[in-house]
Amino acid sequence: MNFTLRVWRQRNAADPGAFQEYQAKDILADMSFLEMLDEVNIDLVHKNQEPIAFESDCREGICGTCCQMIDGEAHGPETGTTVCQLFMRSFKDGETIVIEPWRARAFPIMKDLIVDRTAFDDIIAAGGFVTANVGGAQDGNNILIPKPDADTAMDAAQCIGCGACVAACPNASAMLFVAAKVSHLAHLPQGRPEKARRALAMVSKMDGLGFGNCRNHYECEAACPKEISVAHIAKMNREYGSAALLSDQDPSS
Amino acid sequence: MLLDPKIPPGPIEKKWEDYKFHMKLVNPANKRKYKIIVVGTGLAGSSASASLAELGYNVHTFTWQDSPRRAHSIAAQGGINAAKNYTNDGDSVQRLFYDTVKGGDFRAREANVYRLAQVSVNIIDQCVAAGVPFARDYGGLLENRSFGGTQVSRTFYARGQTGQQLLLSAYQSMMRQVGLGNVKLHTRREMLDVVVIDGKARGIIVRNLITGQMERHEADAVIMATGGYGRVFYLSTNAMGCNVTATWRAHKRGAYFANPCYTQIHPTCIPVTGSHQSKLTLMSESLRNDGRVWVPKKAGDKRAPETIPENERYYFLEERYPSFGNLVPRDVASRNAKDVCDKGMGVGGSGLAVYLDFADAIKRVGEPKIKEKYGNLFDMYFRITDENPYKTPMRIYPAVHYTMGGLWVDYNLQSSIPGLHVLGEANFSDHGANRLGASALMQGLADGYFIIPHTIGNYLAGANLPKVTPDHAAFKDAEATQRDMVNKLLAVKGKRPAIEFHRELGKIMWDKCGMARTEKSLKEALVEIPKLRERFWKDVNVLGGAGDLNQNLEEAGRIADFLEFGELLVYDALNREESCGGHFREEHATPDGEAQRDDENFCYVAAWEWKGTGKLPELHKEMLTFENVHLTQRSYK
Ligand SMILES: Cc1cc2nc3c(=O)[nH]c(=O)nc-3n(C[C@H](O)[C@H](O)[C@H](O)COP(=O)(O)OP(=O)(O)OC[C@H]3O[C@@H](n4cnc5c(N)ncnc54)[C@H](O)[C@@H]3O)c2cc1C
Ligand code: FES
Repeated sequence: MNFTLRVWRQRNAADPGAFQEYQAKDILADMSFLEMLDEVNIDLVHKNQEPIAFESDCREGICGTCCQMIDGEAHGPETGTTVCQLFMRSFKDGETIVIEPWRARAFPIMKDLIVDRTAFDDIIAAGGFVTANVGGAQDGNNILIPKPDADTAMDAAQCIGCGACVAACPNASAMLFVAAKVSHLAHLPQGRPEKARRALAMVSKMDGLGFGNCRNHYECEAACPKEISVAHIAKMNREYGSAALLSDQDPSS
Repeated sequence: MLLDPKIPPGPIEKKWEDYKFHMKLVNPANKRKYKIIVVGTGLAGSSASASLAELGYNVHTFTWQDSPRRAHSIAAQGGINAAKNYTNDGDSVQRLFYDTVKGGDFRAREANVYRLAQVSVNIIDQCVAAGVPFARDYGGLLENRSFGGTQVSRTFYARGQTGQQLLLSAYQSMMRQVGLGNVKLHTRREMLDVVVIDGKARGIIVRNLITGQMERHEADAVIMATGGYGRVFYLSTNAMGCNVTATWRAHKRGAYFANPCYTQIHPTCIPVTGSHQSKLTLMSESLRNDGRVWVPKKAGDKRAPETIPENERYYFLEERYPSFGNLVPRDVASRNAKDVCDKGMGVGGSGLAVYLDFADAIKRVGEPKIKEKYGNLFDMYFRITDENPYKTPMRIYPAVHYTMGGLWVDYNLQSSIPGLHVLGEANFSDHGANRLGASALMQGLADGYFIIPHTIGNYLAGANLPKVTPDHAAFKDAEATQRDMVNKLLAVKGKRPAIEFHRELGKIMWDKCGMARTEKSLKEALVEIPKLRERFWKDVNVLGGAGDLNQNLEEAGRIADFLEFGELLVYDALNREESCGGHFREEHATPDGEAQRDDENFCYVAAWEWKGTGKLPELHKEMLTFENVHLTQRSYK
């Protein structure tokens, strides 16, 4: 198979950036999208041109490192998958493929297809945890957790922090990311004591980092490689609503 | 020279308790004054950072990745062991200890393994408390499943994403400490050197991967939790960024490298399809709970697997190992798969694959139950191969997966450089010559949550640590060395991308030092690797500059290290004139093809000291004694 690639090239954060065209030749249907890019890059080095900068690590769809807009869709045309698990058999021979980085105010572009997603770590640091110092834990079976609760918590906990939800959202909101963590921990007895505090702290951090508001477009769910449901957003809104009501803290502080 | 592992005295069940009581403590008010560097944010690094910060130390944590949550631990699928005996099938600390020593083919240190088995139970409790959504039964209790090399069910899991859930919980605990100001996180920083002053590790040199700047960071102690070196084989189940750089650079500053030839080839991976492949994908060992491994009895049988009648199938693991069946340890399963393929019974286009069949399990428990247990693995298999494993058996073949070797550490997890501690896959300590499934996650969290918080206090309280600053000559020297290395790579300006040398190295390693090794193949590799290294330094083309984000430069630096390290690995394999666990020397096999140990001559840890490029390393031995599990020929029959 052969493809024409239109790839976003940008030297650094300050550079305005532009699309450039490359040819991907003799590509096999069984190659992953990133292996296709590897071959293009090897070819570029042989031509003494700087390869396309893009990030990946596990290439198994679990680390959340890879992130590309392919023909305007986060992680490309298949649902429930990351770019590293997208295979060339999903494309038609001879097609032109447009490849861009995530575009969101809170995720500044660093180089070509690489963006800075530190904002997600900042949100977790603000409240996305259970306060459980090492040393004091009781036996793991002392608190029974109904299977449906454990399963729902796990559904939410699968988030890989890739940022596709933000990239797909017209307002670049991080609501699904935040909701997934709030819902994961609120469904477990161990996470309940600080659920109100957690929801308030994470949401106010998110607002402060330049993410947009959620206007219920639900593009996030469609783009999520782990198919995390927007139902978790509803759960979070309930947690946040009751927390804001009960709390004497100002949620924006 | 004989190495002293500093194993505390007393009966094995009491060593750790007694030792903890006799350790020196750092006064809580003084902890803040100690600065500790942690390199790596996998299970080992994140858990160490979190627990040390909780104790009050001033922790600085580094990772080359954009976020600590990306560490390779995230990819672990199957589960984590603990001697809880929740299933009432006879498990105990003693049994987990025994299984691990035996699984490691009697090449691990008993005292470390016993401690690991003891703290395993605390790990599960800690993880539950921190919100890990482990699988539960309808009564709300924790579920277990079985892994290879054991006859009990002691593996805890979170669907097929156990590593992800454990890492995220350790990461969240660490991020809480970041929020509290107790951990300072340095992402996109690659550690390139350890700085040793007056014989003690006192800091590191890192390259800021965004600006290209070299940075000097001083500390009272350094902890490395930088993962394994499986990518020396190029193709492996490891993530693209896994590397040997941190441990190799520390080795060059005096840390001994132990047992590098103990590498684990995992039996159940998706087979290689072509030279473009960048990595191989693991299908978790947990699948062997329900999947049956077989090949057609007739060599070259090309019929579709579903159409091959039962009596024409060779369930080689079940037939050869009736008591463990499909759940033999990894090294045994891998060697047997290779053996049937070598005999022409392999399946698939290349003939280098065997079937892993779920038809019986689906008949027994139904497709929904199988989906619940392994859904994400089946999906991944389908996406990669375009074949539906609910309908047709998976095709699998062994691939490089884990490295038991690593920097030598004593009972305190301290390397041969005082003040430099090594945790997780980066050290050599607990798995001997073969790791049992679901034991790496256990070891990473044991090291980080429960061991280093104690032993590092003992070190700090007893060491004389005058203040050092980053303008000390040792920092300047180390920085200059690393700057030179970067400039040297950029100056070659050859023709070929670094990855092509990596692929070549991988081929040498796999063909000559892979699942089966001989004196001849190893000697050939020792000629070929230095030649390849020479070509690399003449012909590599590293584009871009030193002063910005440059992935080519990062990659080339890591490959340069693999090209040196690979030689040490092969040299160690040549030295070890026996077969044990994952190290299989064809000259040393029992009549029925099992690994033949030589306890008389090789019951030791081989710890190598760096003597310079092109010079032979010096061997130091740590003699292993087995007082609690008796040295026997391993049998899973
Ligand atoms: C596909 C797969 C599945 C697995 N499944 C299981 C399982 O089910 N059960 C089990 O017990 N084990 C499993 N393992 C093994 C287990 O996942 C690993 O051994 C373990 O997670 C290693 O953890 P770690 O903390 O030692 O290192 P890692 O998680 O590899 O972390 C290394 C860290 O060091 C950092 N680092 C490395 N070099 C540098 C440098 N030079 N400078 C700065 N930072 C650096 C990295 O950024 C990273 O943060 C699996 C492994 C693989 C490959
Ligand atoms: S590279 Fe890890 S999710 Fe794609």
